[in-house]
Amino acid sequence: MDKRATRDAYGEALVEIGERHPEVVVLDADLAESTRSHRFAERFPDRFFDVGVAEQDMILLAAGLALAGKKPFASTFAVFAACRAYDQIRVSVAIPGLDVKIVASHGGLSVGEDGATHQSIEDLALMRVIPGMTVLVPADYWSAYRLALALAEHRGPAYLRLGRPKVPVIYGPDEEFRIGDAKLLRGGRDVTIIACGHMVFQALRAAEALAERGVEAEVLDVYSIKPLPSSVISYSLKKTGCGVVVEEHSVVGGLGGAVAELSSSCCPVPIKRVGVADRYGQSGGVEELWELYGLTPEKIADAALEVLHRKRGF
Amino acid sequence: MEDSSVVPYGEGEGKGFELSPEEETELKLIANGIRRDIVQMTYMAKSGHPGGSLSAVEIMVSLYWRFLSHRPHEPWWEGRDRFVLSKGHACPVLYACLAARGYFPKDMLWTFRKLGSILQGHPEYGKAPGIEATTGSLGQGFGVAVGMALAFKLDRRPNRVYVLVGDGEIQEGCVWESAMTASFRGLDNLTAILDHNGLQIDGSVREVKGSLYPLREKWEAFGWKVVEADGHSFRELFRALGEAVSTRGVPTVVIAHTVKGKGVSFMEGKVSFHGKPPTASELEEALRELADRERAIREGRA
Repeated sequence: MDKRATRDAYGEALVEIGERHPEVVVLDADLAESTRSHRFAERFPDRFFDVGVAEQDMILLAAGLALAGKKPFASTFAVFAACRAYDQIRVSVAIPGLDVKIVASHGGLSVGEDGATHQSIEDLALMRVIPGMTVLVPADYWSAYRLALALAEHRGPAYLRLGRPKVPVIYGPDEEFRIGDAKLLRGGRDVTIIACGHMVFQALRAAEALAERGVEAEVLDVYSIKPLPSSVISYSLKKTGCGVVVEEHSVVGGLGGAVAELSSSCCPVPIKRVGVADRYGQSGGVEELWELYGLTPEKIADAALEVLHRKRGF
Repeated sequence: MEDSSVVPYGEGEGKGFELSPEEETELKLIANGIRRDIVQMTYMAKSGHPGGSLSAVEIMVSLYWRFLSHRPHEPWWEGRDRFVLSKGHACPVLYACLAARGYFPKDMLWTFRKLGSILQGHPEYGKAPGIEATTGSLGQGFGVAVGMALAFKLDRRPNRVYVLVGDGEIQEGCVWESAMTASFRGLDNLTAILDHNGLQIDGSVREVKGSLYPLREKWEAFGWKVVEADGHSFRELFRALGEAVSTRGVPTVVIAHTVKGKGVSFMEGKVSFHGKPPTASELEEALRELADRERAIREGRA
């Protein structure tokens, strides 16, 4: 299976965006090679600004550039974007509703060896709670590529979360992705598995394992955490009657939180959230960490059987 | 002076900023009127920040009546210079200036801080015409102004950017991140004005965090040109701001030495009036003092 990193898609997409949109400028905070924004820097050196190790400054500059008619994409690691510069994002970007795209690479535990300080497991919750913020988590190379392009057409504040490791490519290069929508990757009537980012391919594997046991799982790639594709999710949950939400994020406040909020108000069904259980990560290999923190096809399948049991038992 | 024509910036490398005695008198009268609006607004809002608004009056009048290239009746004019009030809590002075220049009717001032008002407790971009950035979380407007200046440089546009920062405000670390960017990028289209009234909420700047000094050397070390001025003298402010306009290659900071609460005797130098409005009797007294001052200006005694 072809494996590619979502951050690599961003670097490639930026070059295409740069060609099409002369108003786009790109900022980075001393991580241009890691975030892949250096691909834009090589092609459009005049429209690229490395601010050094200064994430707060980067977001403020992006706000000022947007106020003067530019369309800034600001990239750094997810922990530094969402956590370090949070108040700058809130006050200078989000309250005035500016057209600033925050592109956060190295999201989730899969940063790996860098450990807890660098593993962003809170960013989706932090960004999702900001009024007017668009929050996107692509699952693979092509969805990351397409969603980066979609952001170039979108207006307003947005947060795009990308990852470090190479993960299986799920989509073809021509697949289209609309902000606020989701992808139905597998149909099923027993249980809905809702996933985002790196957990989408894990969810697909879990669905295969469940199928062997006679359980038909529906798999949704909910790459748009905000705006949440509420009708797609609630339609599926109503149909199957139970759900599992999987994300490389804390079980508090991320996609799991969003789906639980939705479900409680329109389709209360048993739901299990699979993610990092309200604790920090640690150093280790990607696969080791996913294993230790329960982000595996086996754990997802277990969760599916559990909600299925609860659905039938009630 | 209400409809005074706008003077474009930069003509004659700062020599266009001469100040005749008649103009100075006129500006003093305008400043006095702005002070009247500030105390009245904060009284009517029953909240707000009169102290740090009063200290910035001459700075703001210099900008809005002389240095800024702007069109009050065309607030989104592309060629306008930008002003960012990084010390957003001092918005009474900004709102009073915008109203006086015709951005919105003066009556709006009495809605300040009230439900549904375009004049929010801290300035919000998009709410009132003439507000160029959302500020109030200190230190941020400064970096936003640097971003604007960067955009104008990139496009080789002549627009200038002015940003007003407080002396307590520059204790925020992100100010210095952005200060480095501004000098590194050679943003000579950017002028920062430091309203140095020496007071912050918990006491004097010296008491709270005296290591903020020396100011001049700190800014110089960050690559900025530094000009100092008496922040209540139009003559000195014009010289300093004119020098900033004619400076090439680096951004300029004007350290404006000011008095918090300036113009209202019982507010002058008082930390207590940082975020406290006047009472009814204090308002009366303040307005009486300002009326006396107006007479003195007209009679050439102030």
